[in-house]
Amino acid sequence: MADNAPIILFEGVSKWYGQFHVLRDIQLSVAKSERIVICGPSGSGKSTLIRCVNRLEEHQQGKLIVDGIELSDDVKAIDAVRRNVGMVFQQFNLFPHLTVLENLTLAPMWVGKMPKKEAEEKAMTQLKRVRISEQAQKYPLQLSGGQQQRVAIARALCLTPKIMLFDEPTSALDPEMINEVLEVMVDLAKQGITMLCVTHEMGFARQAADRVIFMDQGQIVEQNTPVEFFNHPKTERAKDFLSKILSH
Amino acid sequence: MADAAVFAPIESRPPPVAVRGPIGWVRSNFFDGWLNTLATLVTLALLLWLVPPLFGWSVLHAVVAPDNAACRAAIEHGACWGVVAEKGRLILFGRFPYEEQWRPLAACAILIALLVASCLRPFWKAWLAPLWVLVLALCFVLMRGGVFGLTPVETALWGGFPLTMALSVVSLAVAFPLAILVALGRSSKLPAIRAVCVMYVELIRGVPLISVLFMASFMFPLFMPQGTTIDQLLRVFVGYILFAAAYLAEVVRGGLQALPKGQVEAAQALGLTYWQTTRKIVLPQALRLVVPAIVNSFISTFKDTSLLTIVSLYDLTGALQLALGDANWRKFFLEGQLFVAAVYFVCCLALSRYSRWVERYLNTGMRRQ
Repeated sequence: MADNAPIILFEGVSKWYGQFHVLRDIQLSVAKSERIVICGPSGSGKSTLIRCVNRLEEHQQGKLIVDGIELSDDVKAIDAVRRNVGMVFQQFNLFPHLTVLENLTLAPMWVGKMPKKEAEEKAMTQLKRVRISEQAQKYPLQLSGGQQQRVAIARALCLTPKIMLFDEPTSALDPEMINEVLEVMVDLAKQGITMLCVTHEMGFARQAADRVIFMDQGQIVEQNTPVEFFNHPKTERAKDFLSKILSH
Repeated sequence: MADAAVFAPIESRPPPVAVRGPIGWVRSNFFDGWLNTLATLVTLALLLWLVPPLFGWSVLHAVVAPDNAACRAAIEHGACWGVVAEKGRLILFGRFPYEEQWRPLAACAILIALLVASCLRPFWKAWLAPLWVLVLALCFVLMRGGVFGLTPVETALWGGFPLTMALSVVSLAVAFPLAILVALGRSSKLPAIRAVCVMYVELIRGVPLISVLFMASFMFPLFMPQGTTIDQLLRVFVGYILFAAAYLAEVVRGGLQALPKGQVEAAQALGLTYWQTTRKIVLPQALRLVVPAIVNSFISTFKDTSLLTIVSLYDLTGALQLALGDANWRKFFLEGQLFVAAVYFVCCLALSRYSRWVERYLNTGMRRQ
């Protein structure tokens, strides 16, 4: 694979929920180390789009290639893709019956076949990276929302993924905790990992994104650099959307 | 608007103490308001009315010795525990040959010891499963005989508490894993597996246990080719396991459905396979949610063993009927029933107390403090 080949490639990808056409002929090419913010009104297909990348959702038409592997029903291909793609969810989805440390070592030990000691060392490194190593022995529900989301980010990083997907990572947080999570994400963005982030945090988009993608009704309506997108949106739909989310 | 208001935090202090000393405790628990006081007095009166005669009947005027004449003399005002002393071994071991009854006793003792050990955290090790297989095999050899100089005892003669115990333990040990598989099968993506599991559950759940036992012991042999026989007890065991598993499967499915979808998605996103996700993420959480319902099923499975009498197997209650067949002692069926009830009650109480500990143990991490 050439070095300048896209790490994620959507070619005419479509998906339906029953009769509802949720993704419509998506064309998208993501370069290695590119940081993309996806925004748009609710129901526009943003989350579905990134969930297709690690096959939490199946696309029904078109071609989707992630890190040189085409996604299909082939379980081996799916496993290979998931090893290289980390994901952070709106609701954190930490495992409540496991400690923070066990949450982090689970995948390295069972998927990566790493010895326990090595996995724990690696987990502690990641916990330090998200500045929460002192909470390693606690259970997720004993932490604040912001702390839980940082643990979730550390968990996703434990398999050293090439791509990180963020599905509205700050939407379920108290306003006072949003910044601690965004800071960790900005740090991560500086380190050259490929990022796809569904968020309405426009400050984060300006600070960390290379490209902003605006979606509506299952389509990519426009895409541009953050500066261009926020200052000179091309479509009426984007102008309307920005006026609503930036007005407060 | 000159100065910003100063925020002065209030020091944290201990909560007010509600109860002061034994008198305060009695007042707040028994005489708190006129309704509470009335309820306390009525309860006291009822106890005064009931307890002395009950105590007189069961203890003061009771005949403990297996003395039939004394029992008949005391029949008006005292219990005859002599029936238990006289018929105890028949009730506990059924028709098992009298001289050989140390064998079921030993088998029960080993099984109970292992059961208690399995309940304790330090024994939850990998070798526990093979040990169970070994012990069950040993118990079977002890009961069946025919090797090591033990007289063979056919399964039709097995009875009493060992039978009740063996049927409960073996059927739960087999039915529980089976139930988990069926519950997982019902939520499978493959339509064929789903259909088989749904059919199994609906079919078994749709008929009474008595019908299942009848079919296993009387109808099934009719369909067997001539000359082949499968032991009746084994057939009954299989029928019983299938019945228990169908109910347990629905309990387990309830737990599976209560699990938030995000848990499975997070495990998939980390690259865990279906079985890894099931074992590490889904089952520990789903089963924790349904511990009370599982114990409920366990207890009814244990007590339903008393239906074995229907197919001429003498479990604990069946053996009691055998014992009461003796015309001399038939009058004292109440004492016999109380004894058997006490055995069931002790077992069920132990199970339900243990389940509360399991709940607390599995709840680690689910509390915020």
